[in-house]
Amino acid sequence: MWPVTQPPDLLPPVPPRLPGKPSLFLARDSYRQRRLRDAARMLPVLGTVIWLLPLMWQRAPEETGGMAAAVVFVFAGWTLLIVLTALIARKLRPDDEAAIDPDTAP
Amino acid sequence: MMSFNQLIAIALGYVAFLFFVAFAAERRAARGQGGWLRLPIVYTLSLSIYCTAWTFYGAVGYAARSGLEFVTIYLGPTLVVVGWWWILRRLVRIGRMQRITSIADLISSRFGKSTTLGVIVTIMAIIAATPYIALQLQSVTQSFQVFARAGGQDWGDVELNRAAIWIAIGLCFFTVLFGTRNLDANERHHGVVIAIAVEAVVKLVALLAVGIFVVWGLSDGAVAMLAEIEASPISDWTQSGSRWAALIFLSAAAFLCLPRMFQVLVVENADERHLQTASWAFPLYLMLMSLFVIPIAVVGLRVMPVGANPDLFVLTLPLSQGQQGLATLSFLGGFSSATSMVIVATIALSTMVSNHIVLPLWMRAGAAPGAVMSGDVRQVVVLARRLSIGGVLALGYLYFRLSGGGAALAAIGLVSFSGVVQVLPAMLGGIFWRGATRTGAILGLTSGFAVWIWCLFLPSFGTDAVLSASVSANGPFGLGWLRPEALFGIAGVDPVLHGLLWSLLVNTGLFFAGSVLSFPKPIERLQGAQFVNVFDHSASGPAWTRSAATAEDLLIMSQRILGASQAQAIFARAAVRQGKSDTLPDVTPAFVAALERELAGSVGAATAHAMIAQLTQGASVTVDDLIALADETAQILEYSNQLQTKSAEQERTARALREANAKLMQLSVQKDAFLSQISHELRTPMTSIRSFSDILRMGDISPQDTARMAGIINAEALRLTRLLDDLLDLSVLENGQVTLHVQRGTLADLLDRAIGAAGLAPRALRIDRSGAAQKLWLETDLDRLSQVFINLIANAAKYCSAPVPELRVISHVVDGRQVVDFVDNGRGIAGPDRVVIFEKFSRLGDSSRAGGAGLGLAISKEIMIRLGGDVAYVPQAAGTCFRVTLPEIAPAPVKEGTAVVAS
Repeated sequence: MWPVTQPPDLLPPVPPRLPGKPSLFLARDSYRQRRLRDAARMLPVLGTVIWLLPLMWQRAPEETGGMAAAVVFVFAGWTLLIVLTALIARKLRPDDEAAIDPDTAP
Repeated sequence: MMSFNQLIAIALGYVAFLFFVAFAAERRAARGQGGWLRLPIVYTLSLSIYCTAWTFYGAVGYAARSGLEFVTIYLGPTLVVVGWWWILRRLVRIGRMQRITSIADLISSRFGKSTTLGVIVTIMAIIAATPYIALQLQSVTQSFQVFARAGGQDWGDVELNRAAIWIAIGLCFFTVLFGTRNLDANERHHGVVIAIAVEAVVKLVALLAVGIFVVWGLSDGAVAMLAEIEASPISDWTQSGSRWAALIFLSAAAFLCLPRMFQVLVVENADERHLQTASWAFPLYLMLMSLFVIPIAVVGLRVMPVGANPDLFVLTLPLSQGQQGLATLSFLGGFSSATSMVIVATIALSTMVSNHIVLPLWMRAGAAPGAVMSGDVRQVVVLARRLSIGGVLALGYLYFRLSGGGAALAAIGLVSFSGVVQVLPAMLGGIFWRGATRTGAILGLTSGFAVWIWCLFLPSFGTDAVLSASVSANGPFGLGWLRPEALFGIAGVDPVLHGLLWSLLVNTGLFFAGSVLSFPKPIERLQGAQFVNVFDHSASGPAWTRSAATAEDLLIMSQRILGASQAQAIFARAAVRQGKSDTLPDVTPAFVAALERELAGSVGAATAHAMIAQLTQGASVTVDDLIALADETAQILEYSNQLQTKSAEQERTARALREANAKLMQLSVQKDAFLSQISHELRTPMTSIRSFSDILRMGDISPQDTARMAGIINAEALRLTRLLDDLLDLSVLENGQVTLHVQRGTLADLLDRAIGAAGLAPRALRIDRSGAAQKLWLETDLDRLSQVFINLIANAAKYCSAPVPELRVISHVVDGRQVVDFVDNGRGIAGPDRVVIFEKFSRLGDSSRAGGAGLGLAISKEIMIRLGGDVAYVPQAAGTCFRVTLPEIAPAPVKEGTAVVAS
């Protein structure tokens, strides 16, 4: 048949969001929340990396010393981790339903 | 110099203060004023029971012996807490949803409320915790000894043992008083929590004070301290990488699995959001606790005489410098560390013993179905807890006496950690993997624990204490591959690492294999789904399908466990929720499940389940029920999908209706116009026929005039007939009663006929037929087809707006069908009009130009449909184009004149 010009008010309305089907894209705020959760998940990984690093420092066999540097490194890493965790924990809203990630949400 | 008695007085005063704080907190909580008891900071501080006397005293000794390695014990928990989003959040949520009372309860509840698993985990926890409690007793007695010696008294074993007994009794008293006061549904102990929070502050302040004194008092500030660290013998220590990583893992795992940590992390958690604060505040606490450990160890090694016990540097260092006040503070810090750990550990263990060992036994002893109703469960539970607190402390004391308290504190700590960590595979598997089963958990736990006992626990008593030297060296019965520190011939590995690796390997392996190979019971699957999907808000099915018990029976039983007022409150709430004014709710499966959960909060999941089962004699959930439940969920989803489809469908229908309506409106307008037209068309010939026939009737008219008038009358009558014929033709076509006469002929012949019959005035229309295939054979009702062609050609002649009208006839193949296009060089037809041109009575624009009744295209359309083809308007850039899709040509020749009735 020939094309029929469609008055604008006849365009199909946006289908309502049904339960059990989380929307694919989120508003800016919810998006930010999801990424914060991703960041929160990565924190222990970051910590592990930080604290396994000193093991890889080059040391000649039988060489001793370097304890002070290791102490400073471990504690500096610790402080960094605490600060990052605090920053993320303050912004995170665990009860935000909209930000539940369908992939990783339990 | 402070006398020893003064120290005793201070210690007693401190204990009295703790009693007061705990008592005040309990009272406030009872009066509902304890808002500040539920502050996130209190929760964070209560986690500090992780830092026991081992931390307080032992860490410095550990650092003096093994350098920075001590810090791994704090790095592990830091990683767990910092990664709270992964595991802790889930554990806390599960703990709240399922009213988990202990780690044994968690495992038991997850794997189908299994009593067996509860017993296994409880026994494991007691065995693993006993050395640890002994350790605390030892550290407190040793700290007393230090002061006694400083005060000039010489303490021997007798005094040490006596002190240990008194400390154990004091702790037992405190724990019984505040740990078993209430059997409330959530197992929260406000008094205890607030007391350990206070103790957490005391030990942090004490350690920081000693550290500051060491760095700025005995050394020259931070920079000088770093130089001193570099120069000290500690710096000679080379760290084994695997041990470093393994210890971080071990402490992280132990943090999750230690019964006392589970108690404060999950059971005593009042609000999930507290985790958010603890996620950074607790690592901060741990960092502050370990910040000065190395400086104290370094300075201790420099200042203290050779041979001094580095485990007690925190105490002896200030004392040797004459800092009595600081030493006393440090003593209180150590005392706090030890007591808070023992109190929480014994509460956790006593809950486990009473819920998973005593109650099942008691229920079995009173096997008669009435036992649940007649016995006072409350009293049994409380008594069991009190006795188990005493029992656990007695075990700790016994271990303390047996081990002689000589070994380095940290070594026992690691062995104990490795023991509790055996719960880890079952726990993580249980909360993340639905496939984990009870069989797998039992296999994994027992095997891992057996390996741990053989490789770590028995050797920890020392050579020849339990295992003879020959067994250690050559294996049992000379089986070399079973040597406790070199299982399967893997020798030369650090013993802790070796034991941890093998026990967890066997544990996880059997847990996995057992889970994969076994089939879970329905209740296990139900629980598994609830644990793993704890963040889903999907409905969870109750574990009961029917119940024989009345609400009265259930109320009586609940009162015996929860206490009268609480039980009645629960029942009243349930009744209100069911919309009943009565105080007793209906015994629905959902209510029974909710009640079971409440009871589980007091006596553990397995016991609560067994009690309900005894009373209701109800069928527990079956596989079919589970599948039905899953179906229900699927149905809801399906239904919502259907709704969506339906609404889209309705939308489409509405759109079609709107279109049809618009078309109808337009047609109605046109019909009105047509009616006036057709009346006009009918009236014009009628008028002339009437007037001329009137004139003829009057007579007296010349024969020429008579002939002319009769001719007019005849022509007008013919016009009327044609109009009526058209209407009749259309009606016949529409009703499908038409008879087709199939003939064979070429397109060229057909066009010749059509152009000839169109009756065109000369020069009215130039027709270009060069695009039409001459030899295209057609086999159809050629008369009807030519009628369509005539109509299209006549229309072009009538409506083409070009100054020199021209019509091109083109035949070609579109989508496998032979078509003939009639394209003129006119204006084309506007979009809205295209919708109606094939409708009856439709005429576009100025009707006077048309001169017809507006039936031509409608008839053409009907004809083509009857012939099995089509005629349509094709929008084009220039001109009007009608496309006639020719009927499919039948392969077999059809005889001329064969009538085919199409209907």
